[in-house]
Amino acid sequence: MSERLGIREKTDVCVIGAGHAGCEAALACARLGLETVLFTVSVDSIALMPCNPNIGGSSKGHLVREVDALGGEMGRNIDKTFIQSKMLNVSKGPAVHSLRAQADKAEYSRTMRKVLENQEHLSIKQAEVCRLLWEEISDSSCDADKRITGVVTFTGAVYEAKAVILCTGTYLKARCLCGEAITYTGPNGLQSADHLTDSLLELGIEMRRFKTGTPARMDKRSIDFSKMEEQRGDEKIIPFSFTTDPKEVQIDQVSCYLTYTNKDTHDIIRANLDRSPIYAGVIEGTGPRYCPSIEDKVVKFADRERHQVFIEPEGLHTNEMYVGGMSSSLPEDVQLAMYRTVPGLENCRMVRNAYAIEYDCIDPRQLFPTLGFKAVKGLYSAGQFNGSSGYEEAAAQGLVAGINAANFIFEKEELILDRSEAYIGVLIDDLVTKDNFEPYRMMTSRAEYRLLLRQDNADLRLRERGFQAGLVTRQQYEDMLEKKRLIRKEIQRLKSVVIGASKRNQEFLERNGSSPLKTATNLAELMCRPELSYELLGEIDEGREELPDNVIEQVQIEIKYEGYIDRQLRQVEQFKKMERRKIPSDLNYDDVPSLRIEARQKLKLFHPVSMGQASRISGVSPADISVLMVYLEQFKRKKEVTIE
Amino acid sequence: MRTDTIAAIATGMSNSGIGIVRVSGENSADIVDKIFRPGNKRTKLTHAESHTIHYGHIFDGEEMLDEVMVSVMKRPRSFTAENTVEINCHGGILIMNRILELVIRSGARLAEPGEFTRRAYLNGRIDLAQAEAVIDVISSKNDMALSGSVRQLKGSVSKKIKEFREEILYEIAYIESALDDPEHISLEDYPSRLSVKIEELIKSTGGLISSFDNGKILKEGINTVIVGKPNVGKSSLLNLLVGKERAIVTDKAGTTRDIIEECINLHGISLNIIDTAGIRFTEDIVEKIGVERARRTAQDADLVIYVVDSSVELNENDYEILELIQDKKCIILLNKTDLESVVTAEDLKSRVEGDVSIIKTSTRDNTGIDEFEKEIKRMFFGGLIRNNEEIIITNLRHKEALMNAHESLLQVKKSIENNMPEDFYSIDLMNAYSSLGFIIGEEVEEDLINKIFSEFCMGK
Repeated sequence: MSERLGIREKTDVCVIGAGHAGCEAALACARLGLETVLFTVSVDSIALMPCNPNIGGSSKGHLVREVDALGGEMGRNIDKTFIQSKMLNVSKGPAVHSLRAQADKAEYSRTMRKVLENQEHLSIKQAEVCRLLWEEISDSSCDADKRITGVVTFTGAVYEAKAVILCTGTYLKARCLCGEAITYTGPNGLQSADHLTDSLLELGIEMRRFKTGTPARMDKRSIDFSKMEEQRGDEKIIPFSFTTDPKEVQIDQVSCYLTYTNKDTHDIIRANLDRSPIYAGVIEGTGPRYCPSIEDKVVKFADRERHQVFIEPEGLHTNEMYVGGMSSSLPEDVQLAMYRTVPGLENCRMVRNAYAIEYDCIDPRQLFPTLGFKAVKGLYSAGQFNGSSGYEEAAAQGLVAGINAANFIFEKEELILDRSEAYIGVLIDDLVTKDNFEPYRMMTSRAEYRLLLRQDNADLRLRERGFQAGLVTRQQYEDMLEKKRLIRKEIQRLKSVVIGASKRNQEFLERNGSSPLKTATNLAELMCRPELSYELLGEIDEGREELPDNVIEQVQIEIKYEGYIDRQLRQVEQFKKMERRKIPSDLNYDDVPSLRIEARQKLKLFHPVSMGQASRISGVSPADISVLMVYLEQFKRKKEVTIE
Repeated sequence: MRTDTIAAIATGMSNSGIGIVRVSGENSADIVDKIFRPGNKRTKLTHAESHTIHYGHIFDGEEMLDEVMVSVMKRPRSFTAENTVEINCHGGILIMNRILELVIRSGARLAEPGEFTRRAYLNGRIDLAQAEAVIDVISSKNDMALSGSVRQLKGSVSKKIKEFREEILYEIAYIESALDDPEHISLEDYPSRLSVKIEELIKSTGGLISSFDNGKILKEGINTVIVGKPNVGKSSLLNLLVGKERAIVTDKAGTTRDIIEECINLHGISLNIIDTAGIRFTEDIVEKIGVERARRTAQDADLVIYVVDSSVELNENDYEILELIQDKKCIILLNKTDLESVVTAEDLKSRVEGDVSIIKTSTRDNTGIDEFEKEIKRMFFGGLIRNNEEIIITNLRHKEALMNAHESLLQVKKSIENNMPEDFYSIDLMNAYSSLGFIIGEEVEEDLINKIFSEFCMGK
């Protein structure tokens, strides 16, 4: 199709793909006032949840909170459409508390679509983007040699744009596998995008192939729930969004159910491994280790007698139930046989079978931490295209890519969150810096400063950045400042209220199983005792004013874990020093003497933006960093001399 | 860049009259104040004027280590342009090391190779040409430290450290996988199980630290090897020097079957003396291994003492030894002069290249030993022999890292006792893990994630 004959339009930003990354990216750009076109192969699949029917979970819940604090949509959208909610890890420390909500999938998708459709400056376009348009640039002051100028659709329509954001998810050259049956489609049988890869290769972008999978969906009427354990939601529901009124989310919840695989299940799987595309070597893509297929679990953990299976509703208006824990690419007949060995699923009917999906994506080390391509100005990418996995990871990147594409157009300072500021910072830094050979999933163990990066303080950490970016209103920003002020004030007060060894106080302590005072102390000291809390201490704390729950929560955490928090803050200080040492983009690593060859190659390839990032590249040793640091200082001084 | 407080021995690592331990960084005065008892009791280095010098003593707890002069230089008027304190102490290696260790224990960090100079450069104190030299120093020293680090540790020690790390990593992975996937992996009863494990680890790391203190690992002296044919008096010499019956001495040739090691102090020079099995052709398997090890030990030694029985003709075995010591610093002892001599100093002299001192001794009558000791002293202060400074540095680093790991484990114990939530354990476990990794030169990075996935079945 010749583009000379097709539609010709001019816009500011094109977002390719309307999944969780694309929605956030498009909304961010449009909300910042840029004319934005959001392309999708099917308008009916906007914000689709093709795998698990939930949002959040360990460390992913943190991401949703952070997206919300920065002014993204995901948190608000799940608050409007969840059917069950649970705070995970409540018995553990506050840093690992994590919110997870079961979504009504169809409702989630529909609600998000409504938000997009009502967003000023945003238009939705159902079309497959087949080609990118770009021009060569010969500006020696930047290291990119190309600039993006627009996109071309399958029908030949040309959209000129200043920035393009790739959020193609699992659609690029997608291939679904179910045993011997292979279809060349995206998730849920949706049309795949088979043309864009070639254009990306032509642009000089290196592609790779990843794989992921999803379990079957069962007809609810065919499941015997009496053989399973019911899993209810929390009694007091906490919303994801800092702007959602907690009163509005206290709904009647739907339950999930827990059951287990057994020896019969495992025997069937083992007997049919030769028919699994993975074990037969048909699958070329690399799959994620954290959500292994059931055949993977059975092979790798052969001594395990059973694995958990969670039966989760897909929504209020459907009979489909998701079989969590049993994704598979075995043939349909093996799947049915294996599912029917699980207690409660003996007579199950599959509405949709499980499958594995392969897709094209990139090694994200081709990106800056802005999620912009190093080699192509104006081109950004987010989500599974960047080699991540998960709705929340996608949304977080989409938001950052959207904000940075807008900043690029407005020539504003870019938004880069570092590892000490947000899980989003950890996520993006890991993606653009480290070796990664599988779809990347956020994990709490990846965040080295997680004591500071809690889900409960995401607003305190990030509202300001969202406000600067232009996605958080002044009112929201000032609310956060007020909250901060109240927290500080209350902590100071607790540290200054002296508690003497009076009879009343000693009695209070004894009654609460706490050792009596030898000398006077203050309320903050007492709060540090594991058996005492802010609430309990109310009895002997006379000057206390009424404070909002979310302020009390922060006061409690900051006082109880002060020692640990201080230690992390000190580590962060050291970390920041390295992050602040920027590496000029025109640095020629061949000029740096004494770098080891491996380090030189890696540094040349990935062009880290800071000494901190350089130090995290595998193959760059502390000695290389020392050498680089001295050289940079020298480089800087030489430059100063030239300028003078 | 790190701007914490660093310390190192600024003078060469050899026994000389005066040595300097330099401390640089924000807290240098605070740190030295902790271990310095000034002559004038009111003096506090923290409050001292810049460019002043203070007399006093360095104390390790109640033990007086040395009489010193301490100079204080406030930033930016110092070499590094940071607050700097220099402890001018007596120049014995042992003393300097103990003071340095004390400074580190009091809160400083052992400086990396070239770090003072690097700081000086980054703070604008030295120019470009000097800076280029710094780059070379850093990279060459690092290469050496990297390649040497693991080798210098005794195999058994690095094996132990690997085991500790493996155990710690397992625990972290367990906790982390439970945090990431609470519905699949439970932490019920875990703290009490971990508590037992931590106790064990605290005990074992503590043990390893004290073995550093006993000098079993930390070799501060000059590696001296005694070689010679069987039954020429090597063990008797060692016993004389050490002053106790350490090696088994009999008339039977080949009594010392393995390597015996002693650390002695000779006029302020410390020697690690290694007595080797006599070198000779042997069919006895046990002895054969001993001979091979002796050969290797001699090759690595700083000083070789070759003992010859003057009452017996030189034979092939002697020629082999002479071959072995050709390019080593060496002293030849012509022993058993109480018996009738058949070998003369001239015989030997004609067979070695260069200037080698040959001393007549009788270990039975204790003659010639004084002369021998004087010769060692002459060689040492004449700069002819010196110990390997890299080894000391790396070992000190190892000890520092081991102590950090130990400290972190104690912190875990405290967290368990205080009923802290489980995620707090992994903070300090991780610190312990990376400190230990530092000793054997392994990086942390992806270990944990890999461990989680390989040990625990996670996910949807």
